[in-house]
Amino acid sequence: MRHRFSLLLLTSLTACRGGDGAASTADAGTRYGIGRPADAQLVARLDTDIDPSGTALPAGHGTAAEGAVLYAAQCAMCHGAEGLGMPPAFPRLLGRGPKAEDFNFASDHKLPKTIGNYWPYATTLFDYIRRAMPLTAPGSLTDDQVYALTAYLLAADGVIPKETTLDAAALAAVKMPYTDRFIWSAEAGGQDRD
Amino acid sequence: MPTDARATEGSPALSRRALLTGTAGALGGAVLAGLPGVLDGQETAPARPIVPDDATKLQGAATSPLGERSPFVTASRAPYGETVGSSYTPLQDLTGVVTPSDLHFERHHAGIPALDPERHTLTIHGLVERPLTFSVDDLKRFPQTVRTYFIECSGNGRAAYREPKPEMTAQKVSGMLSTSEWTGVPLATLFREVGAKPEAKWFLAEGGDACLMTRSVPMAKAWDDAMVVWAQNGEPLRPAQGYPIRLLLPGWEGNINVKWLRRLELGAAPWMTRWETAKYTDPRPDHTADMFTFAQQAKSIITSPSQPGRIASQGWHAVHGLAWTGRGRITKVEVSVDGGRRWHEAELLGEVRPKAPVRFQHMWEWRGEAATLLSRATDETGEVQPTRTALIERRGIGTDYHFNQIVGWQVARDGAVTFHGET
Ligand code: HEC
Repeated sequence: MRHRFSLLLLTSLTACRGGDGAASTADAGTRYGIGRPADAQLVARLDTDIDPSGTALPAGHGTAAEGAVLYAAQCAMCHGAEGLGMPPAFPRLLGRGPKAEDFNFASDHKLPKTIGNYWPYATTLFDYIRRAMPLTAPGSLTDDQVYALTAYLLAADGVIPKETTLDAAALAAVKMPYTDRFIWSAEAGGQDRD
Repeated sequence: MPTDARATEGSPALSRRALLTGTAGALGGAVLAGLPGVLDGQETAPARPIVPDDATKLQGAATSPLGERSPFVTASRAPYGETVGSSYTPLQDLTGVVTPSDLHFERHHAGIPALDPERHTLTIHGLVERPLTFSVDDLKRFPQTVRTYFIECSGNGRAAYREPKPEMTAQKVSGMLSTSEWTGVPLATLFREVGAKPEAKWFLAEGGDACLMTRSVPMAKAWDDAMVVWAQNGEPLRPAQGYPIRLLLPGWEGNINVKWLRRLELGAAPWMTRWETAKYTDPRPDHTADMFTFAQQAKSIITSPSQPGRIASQGWHAVHGLAWTGRGRITKVEVSVDGGRRWHEAELLGEVRPKAPVRFQHMWEWRGEAATLLSRATDETGEVQPTRTALIERRGIGTDYHFNQIVGWQVARDGAVTFHGET
């Protein structure tokens, strides 16, 4: 571990904040020695995010049939028995009406965006349900329950067969219908279309 | 110029009686303001605060631990929804550039968490040499930066874009825009402290609210102007703005300025959270959607005159408003008083700062004619605010975010002001 507390460096570091950017990379390596090493258990507890590679998905599994039971008990009161929601307060989750297929959303703002006709990654569904739902008891679902609910919602929108059992490998392998419609902006290293 | 009704001219009868009965003299102005505006069975609508006829003839209100606005000032946010909801800044009631902290717009996805600043921490991990945890006090030991930036929800202006209506106010049209002077530490300083690895191309920011809000951010923003802030307009952040700490990504859509920040993870690729996939993506007419559309674009709105309001008298009026861009500085604002046939370059008041609004003004002599007032901003990238028609053509009526169409106000012959959104 290097600690450099040269007065000169600190002065130049502070000086470079005068410009528009808040900082520069020129003084990379300068450290103040503030903060404490992050506790590995704390990091493990906080770090629940799942990216599209699915490598961080937990052990466990669930089926659409199990998910249907959970959905009726814990989700339907807000999102509706059929997943049609109660907009605007409670968003619609499901539905694959023909008009909304082929990503026609720009021409008609009334077309509902649903998991099946819009969401580009299945891992997002697992991640979001686990971190935020049900609204009144976030973080209360077990990993098996989250797999089951994810399976139920994906199967209901025809993304996976109804009899699929989702686990880490199966979920990471799910391909959403419209992933390739999403174009990264220039700021993200993609193209600027305006 | 319209003559403002002086406070003492409000309800002479009321205040005279209050004074005669001897109640007013013993009470401070704030207490008087609480009295109902009803007298002798006559309702005064709207009720005006009661003040003495001549404030120079009696002692005013006493000093107090917390200041209050004048009872004549009724600016308030317009809330929609509850814990998953928003409240809009009353732009028509404000001047200058900075938004009073208690009128800063809100947008929450799981309510405002109650966080103890002594227990709250920020952990930085992932592709770093040294994963570290910082207390809020730790963060305040780093060299700090003070900057004025706006935050704007990328959904700001959606209603006026989709379905403009005459009764829309500046608050309704653009009220998810607010500006503060922020104090914090550059994110680059923290990323040097943990030793960000060169393989790190993105970082994930996570909030400590009940939805654990998460957004992916390209590392370049951290090396540019990103901050972790703890203060707003000279005092600790308001709970609704992320107390005790929030991420501030100047010029970028509101949602990504993660409030109640508790964790930053450095990684090689974006995480594709719900808020950068299902939400905050922009459908385009070619059956695609843009994602990671971070920067807010050149935009402006006249806030005076505006709806709700009425021009009370003919003659000269300062037409003024705000112009802003997330892509640097505003270079020019033009005002039209004839629906866009002729444009006049407006005066920019004060310093033009990057990613901060500037107030513009144009002196206009109103002779009682029907008029359409519009404003049009240009920024240093050369972007000129498009008309609504042009924006719909480019992005489609169904696009969901980043609405920067030209808007304005119709002035009727009687001075009534209504929203003009069909540009
Ligand atoms: C008390 C009402 C309530 C319950 C119960 C509830 N939700 Fe939600 N849900 C919401 C609200 C409100 C939102 C929108 C949150 C926001 O906009 O940030 C939401 C959003 C969602 C979304 C994201 C929708 C989108 O378009 O982005 C999913 C997926 C979801 N809920 C799944 C579930 C599941 C699965 C359950 C049952 C375990 C559940 N919800 C239970 C209220 C509820």
